[in-house]
Amino acid sequence: MKLAYWMYAGPAHIGTLRVASSFKNVHAIMHAPLGDDYFNVMRSMLERERDFTPVTASIVDRHVLARGSQEKVVENITRKDKEEHPDLILLTPTCTSSILQEDLQNFADRAALESQSDVLLADVNHYRVNELQAADRTLEQVVRFYLEKAKKINQLPKNKTEKPSVNILGIFTLGFHNNHDCRELKRLLNDLGIEVNEVIPEGGSIQNLKNLPKAWLNIVPYREVGLMTAVYLEKEFKMPYVDLTPMGLVETAAFIREIKKILNGFDKHIQFDESLINFEEYIDKQTRFVSQAAWFSRSIDCQNLTGKKTVVFGDATHSVSMTKILTREMGLRVVCAGTYCKHDADWFREQVFGFCDEVLITDDHTQVADMIARLEPAAIFGTQMERHVGKRLDIPCGVISAPVHIQNFPLGYRPFLGYEGTNQIADLVYNSFTLGMEDHLLEIFGGHDNKEVITKSLSTDFSFQWSQDALLELGKIPGFVRGKVKRNTEKFARENGINQITIDVMYAAKESAGT
Amino acid sequence: MSKNLNNFQNKFECETGNYHTFCPISCVAWLYQKIEDSFFLVIGTKTCGYFLQNALGVMIFAEPRYAMAELEEADISAQLNDYKELKRLCLQIQQDRNPSVIVWIGTCTTEIIKMDLEGMAPRLEAEIGIPIVVARANGLDYAFTQGEDTVLAAMANRCPSYSLDNKNVIKVNQKAPLVLFGSLPSTVANQLDLELKRQGIHVSGWLPSQRYVELPNLGEDVYVCGVNPFLSRTAMTLMRRRRCKLIGAPFPIGPDGTRAWIEKICSVFNIIPNDLKEREMKIWQGLEDYLKIIRGKSVFFMGDNILEISLARFLIRCGMIVYEIGIPYMDKRFQSAELALLEQTCFEMNMPIPKIVEKPDNYYQIQRIRELQPDLVITGMAHCNPLEARGVNTKWSVEFTFAQIHGFINAREILELVTRPLRRNMNLKALGWTTLVAN
Repeated sequence: MKLAYWMYAGPAHIGTLRVASSFKNVHAIMHAPLGDDYFNVMRSMLERERDFTPVTASIVDRHVLARGSQEKVVENITRKDKEEHPDLILLTPTCTSSILQEDLQNFADRAALESQSDVLLADVNHYRVNELQAADRTLEQVVRFYLEKAKKINQLPKNKTEKPSVNILGIFTLGFHNNHDCRELKRLLNDLGIEVNEVIPEGGSIQNLKNLPKAWLNIVPYREVGLMTAVYLEKEFKMPYVDLTPMGLVETAAFIREIKKILNGFDKHIQFDESLINFEEYIDKQTRFVSQAAWFSRSIDCQNLTGKKTVVFGDATHSVSMTKILTREMGLRVVCAGTYCKHDADWFREQVFGFCDEVLITDDHTQVADMIARLEPAAIFGTQMERHVGKRLDIPCGVISAPVHIQNFPLGYRPFLGYEGTNQIADLVYNSFTLGMEDHLLEIFGGHDNKEVITKSLSTDFSFQWSQDALLELGKIPGFVRGKVKRNTEKFARENGINQITIDVMYAAKESAGT
Repeated sequence: MSKNLNNFQNKFECETGNYHTFCPISCVAWLYQKIEDSFFLVIGTKTCGYFLQNALGVMIFAEPRYAMAELEEADISAQLNDYKELKRLCLQIQQDRNPSVIVWIGTCTTEIIKMDLEGMAPRLEAEIGIPIVVARANGLDYAFTQGEDTVLAAMANRCPSYSLDNKNVIKVNQKAPLVLFGSLPSTVANQLDLELKRQGIHVSGWLPSQRYVELPNLGEDVYVCGVNPFLSRTAMTLMRRRRCKLIGAPFPIGPDGTRAWIEKICSVFNIIPNDLKEREMKIWQGLEDYLKIIRGKSVFFMGDNILEISLARFLIRCGMIVYEIGIPYMDKRFQSAELALLEQTCFEMNMPIPKIVEKPDNYYQIQRIRELQPDLVITGMAHCNPLEARGVNTKWSVEFTFAQIHGFINAREILELVTRPLRRNMNLKALGWTTLVAN
């Protein structure tokens, strides 16, 4: 047993449901007790979804415990088949079905005989995989099922598309800025004269899955979901894939060059015509003039950010990309980069090697909070959880990764990927820091946190006695730096064994900071 | 079924139970705030944790006094010893928070693997010296607000016994102590206390109390009365295990319900209520601006929190037409006075008694909503946005659980909630964008 207040990645069935409800005309039936259909609320509220979420539960109740849920599951599947005529019904196990150990595969097979729709049992185990791993698996499972089916009845397309084209794998409902990223990717590919063959799962149709092999290559923008599908397609159909995340100027350029390398590698009869577009010229123009990020890093405004301490935490994709951007493209110092994707820890370490001082791999939010309290960065880039930690410690935070709240599903266009993404990230970083004038005040009242920290954890409660006039003085300091001044003064007092903080102590603290 | 419910004979239906509601473990959200010295430990899986974390939103960051004991694979396959594991976690809680009571919330998983929480609790309680109350608030058996019912039923067993010593608390004109049950914000509880005080009735305690150590005395001479319609297990426990006398009254929701509730309590104590009719009239007059908006409008309850009968009864009295009352579970005995008041209200307002659908099927309900086109649908958050996009006004039912809706004073709050979508959409009507979904 584990005492837990909060988690970064959800349970496995959430991943499966995200795949199902991203596709068009796919219905998921959860084998779950009453109240487990909370996914519908999240989708309807966070995504502000206009349509009914295509997820229902085959409810596990007392009667089911006594008699087994066979009839009920089969009935629910055939009923949904008649009501909504989905192309596919995905039977989704939950933690409850994991322990009941009923033969769900058998129910799915039986229901498939009576249904017009295809019926699949999602192959995920609650106790072994989390939301992201489950989504990755389920997507691969669905793709594999339909490609094998098409192969059997000889419906697989024989040829590649005439013009170079790609599939984008891993755009999801409830994904962090996924829809904006997808639009930006399409724009980028269009600029390069590359067609988009299929986007899955978001908005994709099951019937079009058989067209996947027509694309020249696959693109997996996010590390967490889609990679399994790409690997499968490579193995079965010899489709190459690009798994670089085009986030930040350097990585976007690398992403484009990788695509070009693959396109140039095709055989004679489907050769990519390089004379049409010059990728290097495109990268150069976008980097230096279309995107504002390169210029922003060079502008004097960004000088103030030089060497500032930051902490980055999130899913593997966003945390890695953000760490590289901050260090390489903006000249900040990432004192710690971390991820909750424990299953991908090796990849993460390898990627951020040389870009940060230390690495933290954990899914325990209190460890992350304590790390932040210990390092006292000038800004945090993390999930909603880190934003709340930042609030408590008075450290600004930019949200760069799921898990997220409704405010991270903006209506406006906010991609993180591609060249527009670099602009958005530059804004996010800039706005997260205390700026010019503020910075000046910080210097006056005690400088940056390059000294020892007061405590090693968030949970200290020791309070100092502030005298009346010291409090008045503190009140005169502008609100946005007040917390920092207070902390620095208390740090000074602690170091010098002072309990009562007077104006004199404040000035002494300020003085000592200058030396 | 009592005799006066004959008119309901054909009004009860039961569907498939495929409906959306919150998991009953959500009760920790309001109960940990209500019982200030408690700690709620939900013994379940990531699924439970994910629900709590998302459903309770920002509350999680305010150092809540609840946590998950997250079961891992080794717990399920009994490679780990449940008792030792729970002891380890409870000692940690004791050290970090020092609560006066730890409430274990049993979930579907503990139910299926038959973890003997009731058996372990007394042993562990003796060993670590903190009371441990066990409530099985799981989705196999219960819906949403019934979670509170299971917790209060378990707590009823922990209330001290009523003895002759504390009899002197009672005022002269009241023949026995009165304990009210149901968790309400303290301001609302005070308001109801005050309403009864006006009639010379002293409330000797609440279940739950503000602190666990202040649980009310219970015993054979104690009268108990519920304030919420989903408390049937608690009522049963109070009657059978603690030998209390249950006052079966409509619930104090809406001015009509509040008056009927007070009248019923008065009648038990042989008190003729004073000024009650005038007070109700005055409240109604104060509501006129809202009543103008909803009079003659129709409403459809999809059903998810068991407040539906009381709310429907109040809205019919307000002049609304109720098409359907969906409800997760209908205890006809515990709610008999409420049902009788509903019937009487329908008769007086010259309305047919609406259909009451137990364990509704949301899919069929959506079909009926399409046909009936009600002016307002009261439903869970899973359906609100899709219905709004199709031009149907909706109100989240969950808000009625968290808002202050009891007593005379708060009648306004209910109508504020009910009229909000109507007022908002009236503002937007002129724009002509009512249907925002592609066919």
